[in-house]
Amino acid sequence: MPLREAFRLALQVIWANKMKSIFAVIGVFIGVMFLIAVVTIVQGMNRYMTDQVAGNFLGANTFQLRRYPDFNAGNISPDTWREWRRRPRITYDDARAAAAAITVPASTAWESNTSAEVAYRDKSARIRVIGATEDYFEVRNWTIEFGRAFSSQEVRNGQPVVVIGSEVAEGLFENLDPLGREITIRGLPYRVIGVVESQGNIFGFSLDEFAVAPALSPVKRFANPPRVVDVLLVKAQSPEDMQTAMADVEAVMRSRRHLRPAQDNSFALESAAGVLDFWGQINRIMFAVLPGLVSISLVVGGIVIMNIMLMSVAERTREIGIRKSLGARRRDILRQFLVESALLATLGAAIGIGFGLAVAAIVDMTTPLPASVAPWSIVVGVLLGAGVGIAAGLYPASRAARLDPVEAMRQE
Amino acid sequence: MSGAALIRVRQLEREYRMDAEIVQALRGVSTEIRPNEYVAIMGPSGSGKSTLMNLIGCLDTPTAGEYWLNGVEVSQMDDDELARVRNREIGFVFQTFNLLPRASALHNVELPLIYAGVRASIRRERAVTALQRVGLADRMGHKPSELSGGQRQRVAIARGLVNQPSILLADEPTGNLDSATSGEIMSVFDELHRQGQTIVMVTHERDIAARAHRVITLLDGAIHSDTMREAA
Repeated sequence: MPLREAFRLALQVIWANKMKSIFAVIGVFIGVMFLIAVVTIVQGMNRYMTDQVAGNFLGANTFQLRRYPDFNAGNISPDTWREWRRRPRITYDDARAAAAAITVPASTAWESNTSAEVAYRDKSARIRVIGATEDYFEVRNWTIEFGRAFSSQEVRNGQPVVVIGSEVAEGLFENLDPLGREITIRGLPYRVIGVVESQGNIFGFSLDEFAVAPALSPVKRFANPPRVVDVLLVKAQSPEDMQTAMADVEAVMRSRRHLRPAQDNSFALESAAGVLDFWGQINRIMFAVLPGLVSISLVVGGIVIMNIMLMSVAERTREIGIRKSLGARRRDILRQFLVESALLATLGAAIGIGFGLAVAAIVDMTTPLPASVAPWSIVVGVLLGAGVGIAAGLYPASRAARLDPVEAMRQE
Repeated sequence: MSGAALIRVRQLEREYRMDAEIVQALRGVSTEIRPNEYVAIMGPSGSGKSTLMNLIGCLDTPTAGEYWLNGVEVSQMDDDELARVRNREIGFVFQTFNLLPRASALHNVELPLIYAGVRASIRRERAVTALQRVGLADRMGHKPSELSGGQRQRVAIARGLVNQPSILLADEPTGNLDSATSGEIMSVFDELHRQGQTIVMVTHERDIAARAHRVITLLDGAIHSDTMREAA
């Protein structure tokens, strides 16, 4: 029997037994839906991590020197944590020496963080306040939308000027022009000189609720002990330069701390690549667990299809006998039932793909989790469906093919 | 008659194993049937006529003996070779019609051509012609459940004829029909025979057998009598 005939016949049978067909494919449907939904969401997270999170955390070719890592893979043992807390802090002198030691073209900036109450007249907000040096905005790839950044002179003199995030500008000033107005940070008066262009949000958290003040301005005493910074940021011009700069900083820091070759660094160097490594680990775990979960439901789905097909062969024994009496060979009957079972499972998989994409779209719309369709997952879904169908149909189909025509036609 | 035999069976035996017991359904049947013969096989139930029918129709293989169909020995063939022979050489007409209930009359008639690998357009044309031959051209789209018993049997005959088989094998073709309809169906067989079709028919009704030109009577798995009517 030509394949086309087999397909036509299979579609007829599937359509004639709609309810039975739906129940037959429910396992495959759920498995494929799950696969598509999870892959789509993970893929979306992936894109998001690469484009947004990593980019916001640290831009390209940028690394940071800190006391201990900011971004951690897995659990940190209490011992590690204690060791980190015992490490010396990064001092102004460390930061200056490290910046001076870099042998490739690079921009550097200091960063100290604190959380503080910021107020304008009767309005106030608790936001992140950053003490930084003049190149901070360039290193972070932040664009000043209105006004200007502070100068090196203002940093040196510790002038009470501040550049605020767009959300802060909106929250405190609404329709007023924030430039030149006086706000207080922890009660200290500061003059607004610039507003940073909006950075959007990550997982629903705004990235625009911050204020940046010169590192040596009065707010410094709330952020850190005297003459200490949280971070030295270094932005090089190429990945290779970044590696060189990192090695330079590492060397000078080890020498300043008098570390022997066998001793580990008592400081941390982190780049966006490091963050992505961490995400890559999560990703790998998810993609290691996913096939297991999907295959469980596909195996169950396959067994259901096999049972339905066995039932179908039993019900259609007489039909098989008639077909054989008219000249159907074993392979004709085999093909008929295999195509039916494969088509059934593939249709289930197709519906699963549709629902999986719908689930991902709903998650995308209703939660901060992004979704991005991976074309390969659709191909895998269809192939899995057809594969499960063929595997599940093999035994019932071969039983049908081996039926004796005389016996089969005797059945009512 | 000098024509080569269409069917030649030699010492055909068929045993069935029922639990521990062995049942001898055929005990050495030998005969020949020539082209354009109209043969009725008679006998009481249990005489082996259905077994002989299944063997001649290549639905079953003998335990011992030879079966030559159209000069080819088919008694040693495997499943798929037999399917091919059934498809090319034999048209079946069954007592219970054995039509596929979900398929239209036309599709039922097309079935043997599908397994012969005939192209769809030619298939349809030949199926229509076969249905016209049995006078059912106006019922092609009907399902078996929408047809009377006589019409169903005509569809089955059209299906048996559509591959232009060497033999038309009918197993109690009027067994499920009333006497008036039986008469109509027998007239169809008479007409087909007149057009040159070789027909082998199993029946236990004497007046049906009387239409045939030769009557083979089986008893206890062996040929009891084999009479040729002079008119043939």
